[in-house]
Amino acid sequence: MSAVLPGIAEGASLNAYVWRGGENGEYRVFNVPRRENQTVLDVVTWIQRHQDSTLAYRFACRVGMCGSCAMTVNGKPRWTCRTHVTRVIEGDDLRIGPLDNLPIIKDLVVDMQPFFDNWQAAEGRFHPSTDRTQPLAAVKPQSKARRDADAAIECINCAVCYAACDLVRWQPDYLGPAALNRAWAAVNDERDAEPRRIMKAVSGDAGCHRCHGMRSCTAHCPVGLDPARSINGLKRRSLWSLLAGDSAREDAY
Amino acid sequence: MNLALYVAQRVSALILAPLVLVHIGLMIYAVNGGLSAGEILGRTQGSIGWALFYSVFVMAAVVHAGIGLRNVLAEWSALPQRAVDILMFVASCALLTAGFRAVYAVTA
Amino acid sequence: MTPTQVSDVSLRLPLAARRRHQGYVAFLLHRISGIALAVFLPLHFLTLGLAIEGADELQSFLDVADNVLAKVFEAGLVFALVVHVMGGLRLMLLEWWHWDQQHAFWLTASLGAGCVVALMFALSIFV
Repeated sequence: MSAVLPGIAEGASLNAYVWRGGENGEYRVFNVPRRENQTVLDVVTWIQRHQDSTLAYRFACRVGMCGSCAMTVNGKPRWTCRTHVTRVIEGDDLRIGPLDNLPIIKDLVVDMQPFFDNWQAAEGRFHPSTDRTQPLAAVKPQSKARRDADAAIECINCAVCYAACDLVRWQPDYLGPAALNRAWAAVNDERDAEPRRIMKAVSGDAGCHRCHGMRSCTAHCPVGLDPARSINGLKRRSLWSLLAGDSAREDAY
Repeated sequence: MNLALYVAQRVSALILAPLVLVHIGLMIYAVNGGLSAGEILGRTQGSIGWALFYSVFVMAAVVHAGIGLRNVLAEWSALPQRAVDILMFVASCALLTAGFRAVYAVTA
Repeated sequence: MTPTQVSDVSLRLPLAARRRHQGYVAFLLHRISGIALAVFLPLHFLTLGLAIEGADELQSFLDVADNVLAKVFEAGLVFALVVHVMGGLRLMLLEWWHWDQQHAFWLTASLGAGCVVALMFALSIFV
């Protein structure tokens, strides 16, 4: 795509095929006027306001910070507020559907519960090691562990990587890239009291060893994170745990 | 179990790499020397060294292929995990038997 | 806005849109070659087992197999083996030495291409 946006002719329109209904729904077509500066979220909003007020969809910030507007656009999971129509339109057609790998509630809205369940199951939460009466932890920002944690910490749980991952598609019990990426950030946080617990959680049958390195997660992450790298970090660390005879081995078989 | 299988897969791969190189080297030698089956067997039969070499080769290959195929079936077929595990275990045993038989045929 | 990576560039392949990137191609090649080798392996074992009957059994099989079809098969085998080993090398570089994925992919791809050509000559397959 060229950097200069092509001029949109007066009265031009596009065909938006939008998923309607639940799991057994279908794509319905809407004719939407094109504009010079138009995102896919603009298209969805226009449809809901002018053509069909029953269309269900999620959004919040609409400026690429919250990740709420993630949907499948022409086959790829993306943030619709950050997807310019001219970059994805195929001829005059746009195909807009809910995120893959999650149950559809209605139209473009998916149930994020399985995603968050996996997040919890990977122990990607902070396990405190001290309390407020203790001095603050002095964490060197340039230490390897902190740099690894910082590289992974910006995740906003938009589920785009989860929707892109084929291993999640093929085996829905797989924890998935976001949960594992968070676990990697947590395990590298030197203030976290339970790295072994985290390693045990990600070394189970639904854990990091399911990843085959196809890196769809990294290819699609709108924040520019590298969950694949985090997962490889967990794999490496699980080997060290194994060699060190760590308790991470228990129940991992 | 996935952790154990992951380790076994990587370890068998590391074992296979040099063995495959030697095997390819042998093939190149045999092809360029124009060796017939009889001539090849004349050199391999009765050799403990080749028997050991190929026994290790067979074991590593069967472990590696078995785990790999287990993943393929688990992800690409509709079979439940338990069925896949049992199927691959049985198939690996069968392959191991065929492999050792081949080693015997060539080195006994 | 995230920088566009080479690996994000859409490849014109008959794959679902979310799969059109370098990592998926590498995964697919590795898997297909692995399946091919796994199918070949029992055949190889059974063929060699013919030697139990004596060298002549094996030799007569090899004579019958000395034709164009066999050469195509050999070429396919060499290709599958090299692709699979290189795919494995890529995974090791990514998993254990945390190489950049571009470096890992292109090193193994070019090394692989070189090996395929070299082996075609060394094993007298069509050349």
